[in-house]
Amino acid sequence: MCLALPARIVELLDGDQCRVELGGVRKEISLALIDGAAVGDYVIVHVGYALTKLDPEEAAQTLALFAEAGLDPAASCAQGDRATPR
Amino acid sequence: MKYAMKYIDEFRDQALAAGLARAIAHEADTGRDYAFMEFCGGHTHTLSRYGIADLLPPTLRMIHGPGCPVCVLPIGRVDMAIRLALSRPEVILCTYGDCLRVPASDGLSLLKAKAHGADVRMVYSAADALALARREPGREVVFFAIGFETTTPPTALVLREAARQGLANFSVICNHVLTPAAIAAILEPPGGIAPQAVQIDGFVGPAHVSTVIGSRPYEAFAATHRKPVVIAGFEPLDVMQAILMLLRQVNTGRAVVENEFTRAVTRDGNLKAQTLVAEVFEQRPGFEWRGLGTLPDSALRIRAAFAAWDAEAKFDLGYTPVPDSKACECGAILRGVKSPIDCKLFGTVCTPETPMGSCMVSSEGACAAHYTYGRFRDLPLRASDTPTPANQDTA
Amino acid sequence: MSAVKPDYARPLDLRTGRVDLAFGAGGRAMAHLVAELFARAFANDYLGRGDDGAVLPAPGPGERLVMSTDAHVVSPLFFPGGDIGSLSVHGTVNDLAVMGARPLYLAASFILEEGFPLADLARIVESMAAAARTAGVLVVTGDTKVVEQGKGDGVFITTTGVGALPAGRDPGGARARPGDVVLVSGRLGEHGMAIMAQRESLAFESEIVSDSAALNGLVEALYAAVPADAIRVLRDPTRGGLASTLNEIAAQSGVGMELDEAEIPVSPPVRAACELLGLDPLCVANEGKLVALCAPEHADALLAAMRAHPLGAEASRIGTATSDPQHFVQIRTGVGGWRMVDWLSGEQLPRIC
Repeated sequence: MCLALPARIVELLDGDQCRVELGGVRKEISLALIDGAAVGDYVIVHVGYALTKLDPEEAAQTLALFAEAGLDPAASCAQGDRATPR
Repeated sequence: MKYAMKYIDEFRDQALAAGLARAIAHEADTGRDYAFMEFCGGHTHTLSRYGIADLLPPTLRMIHGPGCPVCVLPIGRVDMAIRLALSRPEVILCTYGDCLRVPASDGLSLLKAKAHGADVRMVYSAADALALARREPGREVVFFAIGFETTTPPTALVLREAARQGLANFSVICNHVLTPAAIAAILEPPGGIAPQAVQIDGFVGPAHVSTVIGSRPYEAFAATHRKPVVIAGFEPLDVMQAILMLLRQVNTGRAVVENEFTRAVTRDGNLKAQTLVAEVFEQRPGFEWRGLGTLPDSALRIRAAFAAWDAEAKFDLGYTPVPDSKACECGAILRGVKSPIDCKLFGTVCTPETPMGSCMVSSEGACAAHYTYGRFRDLPLRASDTPTPANQDTA
Repeated sequence: MSAVKPDYARPLDLRTGRVDLAFGAGGRAMAHLVAELFARAFANDYLGRGDDGAVLPAPGPGERLVMSTDAHVVSPLFFPGGDIGSLSVHGTVNDLAVMGARPLYLAASFILEEGFPLADLARIVESMAAAARTAGVLVVTGDTKVVEQGKGDGVFITTTGVGALPAGRDPGGARARPGDVVLVSGRLGEHGMAIMAQRESLAFESEIVSDSAALNGLVEALYAAVPADAIRVLRDPTRGGLASTLNEIAAQSGVGMELDEAEIPVSPPVRAACELLGLDPLCVANEGKLVALCAPEHADALLAAMRAHPLGAEASRIGTATSDPQHFVQIRTGVGGWRMVDWLSGEQLPRIC
């Protein structure tokens, strides 16, 4: 709910810290709230902490759903509720 | 070199937005009206900042909910912090930027208290407050913590760290609140508050709260109250897709929890964060919310094991409830019963420069969002003006 | 027997010395500071005369005088792309330039804090001198005061400038009319975010550099490209950003505005830094950009003239003035909906929740 943004881990640092990059800007944040993050992963960052990892496959699927919804509203309605994710 | 903001820019694409707008218009074309509440202040901000009202049919209304932790903070809690900072010169009161301008008693806010000599400082992160305590061993650093479940794990982390370090000059005033309790209060207003006057057909669920608590906690509301809930990401396309999914549920008579924000939200949420929060905090029996009254099981306090870092215990801080100004409609606005322009003070006495209530202070508050981004849609207040030529829908 | 040389003065210790109260007392120490540091850097006859004021030539035939003043309290004093010295020159030069005037002379007054390193002061003064040379202005008079340690933030600089306004030029905030085109000379938010990046608790690393620059050359290029009358308004959007500037103009001129978000230039790192801190780039300070409102038939030529100048390479046409009794500034957002662009309210606090 609060201001949180996806950013890419570019460097792991000591003590649960890491450096993330967003649009060319870099910032040091904490990974203390998640496990198993690696360089190259995208994380959701909030007040200096990573809250969760972002799933690139799900992101791609969500974008595909947006595109599908816009193609033919009548057709996508007729096919039932295909938009229901898991 | 050009950088794009990945996982942000794609979710703001204009062409996809137009497609979603068409789909929404088609799905809503049933002859009935729809009203959905976006619970979370971040979604209120997205709707206003992108002018999404222009992309929705006039029969579909978005009602702003109470999911803005600054907006639901009662005056008495801010007074507590101000009194502490003014009465004890050794205290450095740290808080997030949003809290600084919330109007409290005696015409003060934390920012104004600073002008009166209190040492009040803005921090971006709870960790900054902890670091400050280490750097200033002769001072007492008190962190005024607010937020829903998104912001609570960072506070838990610093409390655990302070305990581990045995840091004697750091403590926290805990104002963390819980999302499910607030949604319940909307659906079943507690005794003493007038029942909901407006029909809500479904909820857009919070984005980042849900990354922490998961989608499971909303299943109870959907089932008991027969209201669909769609958890949505923060970007404009996320919100529009969620609205589309809500429409489809309503139109097919379904009321379940769906997740649009699958790239970051799972059913279980972040178990590591949840465990940490449970280790440091416990539920308060009751907590006063601005506009919603005292709600049971709605807020957290610091556990006895961490009492040495609980500022309320350490400084023996008492809480005195303070009623809102009679003309201020923040309460009704937070419950979705009224909209900003229904408040007599809106736009005249109460503006972002001179806020009367907290809905105007936080940029996610319904009043601030409408004032800053949307008031050009309102009919003119003066009879002599002609209406603005642009879209006249209220946001 | 030793002989005291008549004009000998021991040089200031610019390496390790610090400002002390004697430098502001009006006595020999202050005269020495002025001569060795300020007069030497600014190097012109006016200052060299050492009088209490500078006698300036009258403006040319048909020209009128324009005066402007600005105090500079920026923190930190040194930042990527500039420092308080260059900023103080650019700020006042730009205020004169957007009045349509040719900036000519500056007065500079310094309030120094006891203990401020002379090495830093020398750096700042050199930077001012370089900025003044590039802008083609002379620092002709000044003042120095010293306050006790703890009563000042290192150094505050106030510059007052005088320029000559050629006949026929009359840009003004009240002159915009519905239909006028709104142009901006380049990417927004660079200065404010360069400063933000230095703030301790918001520390982030980026390539963002302040855009602090003198705009008088660009302004002359604009007046060379279109009839003077076509340039209705010129303004530099400093504190409060583009949003406050456009709202000022809308209120003064009694018009509304409609802008297109897609046309407003913002660099990716500034955009990202604003996202990270919850700030609106339209409300962030600029120190080397200008906004122009132009008669529609000359807008293309004005845009071309901006883009041809090194400081206007990213110039863009961002919207139009409209007839609106409410004087709202509206913007078409990236997804196609409309919203308002309001004045900056209070001080920009990073949005957290």
